[in-house]
Amino acid sequence: MVSVGKRKIAAPSPHPETEEYWRAAAAGRLLLKRCLACGEPHHYPRAICPFCLSADTTWIEASGRGRIYSYSTMGVAEAAYTLAYVTLEEGVTMLTNIVDCAECELRVGLQVKVVFEPCDGGQPVPMFAPA
Amino acid sequence: MHEVTLCICKLLYKISNWLVWRHGRSAISKGKAYIVGAYEHPTRRADTLSVARIHADVAKGALEDAGLSLGDIDGYFCAGDAPGLGAASMIEYLGLKVRHMDATDCGGSAPILHVAHAAQAIAMGKCDVALVTLGGRPRAAGASLALRAADGDAPELQFEAPYAPLTQNLYALVARRHMHEFGTSSEQLAWIKVAASHHAQHNVNAMLRRVVTVEEVVNSPLVADPLHRLDCCVISDGGGAVIVARGEIARSLDRPRVKIIGSGEAPKNAGAGKLDLSYSAAAFSGPIAFAEAGITPADIKYASIYDSFTITVLVQLEDLGFCPKGEGGRFVADGNLISGIGKLPFNTDGGGLCNNHPANRGGITKIIEAVRHLRAEAHPQVQVANCDLAIASGIGGALAARHVAATLILERD
Repeated sequence: MVSVGKRKIAAPSPHPETEEYWRAAAAGRLLLKRCLACGEPHHYPRAICPFCLSADTTWIEASGRGRIYSYSTMGVAEAAYTLAYVTLEEGVTMLTNIVDCAECELRVGLQVKVVFEPCDGGQPVPMFAPA
Repeated sequence: MHEVTLCICKLLYKISNWLVWRHGRSAISKGKAYIVGAYEHPTRRADTLSVARIHADVAKGALEDAGLSLGDIDGYFCAGDAPGLGAASMIEYLGLKVRHMDATDCGGSAPILHVAHAAQAIAMGKCDVALVTLGGRPRAAGASLALRAADGDAPELQFEAPYAPLTQNLYALVARRHMHEFGTSSEQLAWIKVAASHHAQHNVNAMLRRVVTVEEVVNSPLVADPLHRLDCCVISDGGGAVIVARGEIARSLDRPRVKIIGSGEAPKNAGAGKLDLSYSAAAFSGPIAFAEAGITPADIKYASIYDSFTITVLVQLEDLGFCPKGEGGRFVADGNLISGIGKLPFNTDGGGLCNNHPANRGGITKIIEAVRHLRAEAHPQVQVANCDLAIASGIGGALAARHVAATLILERD
């Protein structure tokens, strides 16, 4: 079983551009940014759209469902954790961890859903578990 | 997906050809500068040397190799491994008097990019003799693999740090995806280490000189699944330096001449969520360099390919055009990278996988071994006969996240 392991999850340091993302995570919602000028969603979230430089970006709530794009498990026994890229239904791929998953179940393409794990200090961080 | 990537690469190749034709860039810098000095520090554990001293040692070694002196240098290039403020601290320590400097940091590929920038600066008349140094002592210091402390203002940090991405697993993600898309196996990746070990046995300074087998690599402990311990480069101290000079100066020196005929550099990253790990930034730097040089991968006699991990070599070989996308596993298998046995001798000093990975950055040693081949000064057991064209290419940063590829094509004059 891969989990968050015994490692401390580093606490994120939000700034005004990203506070909304972490507030939503604390409420169990995964947010993406979408540009109102060009329509493209993106992650990690920026105030300025990385596709057209418009400042007219807005938060959207992701479904929280996606598939594993790639993964790698590091560490042994309880210290093991799984780094992964997950491609969300919205078409955006994000860096994350896979948790609550038997190691033999891990595979590229596995359907996963977002869960929130508390980091060092308590802030919930979006991770993914088998759907 | 890889068909799309190939189409994009072919298109970029055509665009870069057109750009060279349209703007005559090759006429500006191609063949105007030469590598006239090269030196690799023999140490692999620098308990009693400071980082600045290592940079000074390699600078002195490269100057002696070239037959030049300190006062001849009027350009200096270094990256984040150099201590202090950009290039300024080392310029002071070394007593340099320069009129051009560049401290661009892109991780381990930086020296390859620096040589290209030095050639451009020389072509533009900004300097005549440029020194490029790299050095460090992460092994003696017991330092982590991170190139530097995390920058709290880096916009990606809060969206990455909670997930504990490390150098090892950020390369493993690419290996896993390559296996998924193209059927690449751990055994095929292992051949890259096997080839490096065949070369390292002849290098008295190499950290790992024992020849290993595919079985030994795949049976070594997993570091970051699917990469094993023997898929990873060594952690070592040391460094290296090269001197780049204008043609008239190169011709006045009593050393074989190594001409810089092509270069390319390119960044790649997670693309704000549009991620494709099937290729690296070398898919952009390579075609630009080959177009400028006016040659193809089939012309290359020796290849220095940055080998932070076995997967780093595999994706670069594909992206540089030595084999089609997805064919890297078959290309490297059965000793195809071993000098005297395979079609493309690579990293004949043992590379980062077996010889040396000073300061956790492998760019400078890639250039140095390519220079040795073009001068016919590589170890006799690995020297490529009649080596007239060589490539040195590298990936700095993290392959599955932001990284920078730099490619250099060199010709014996």
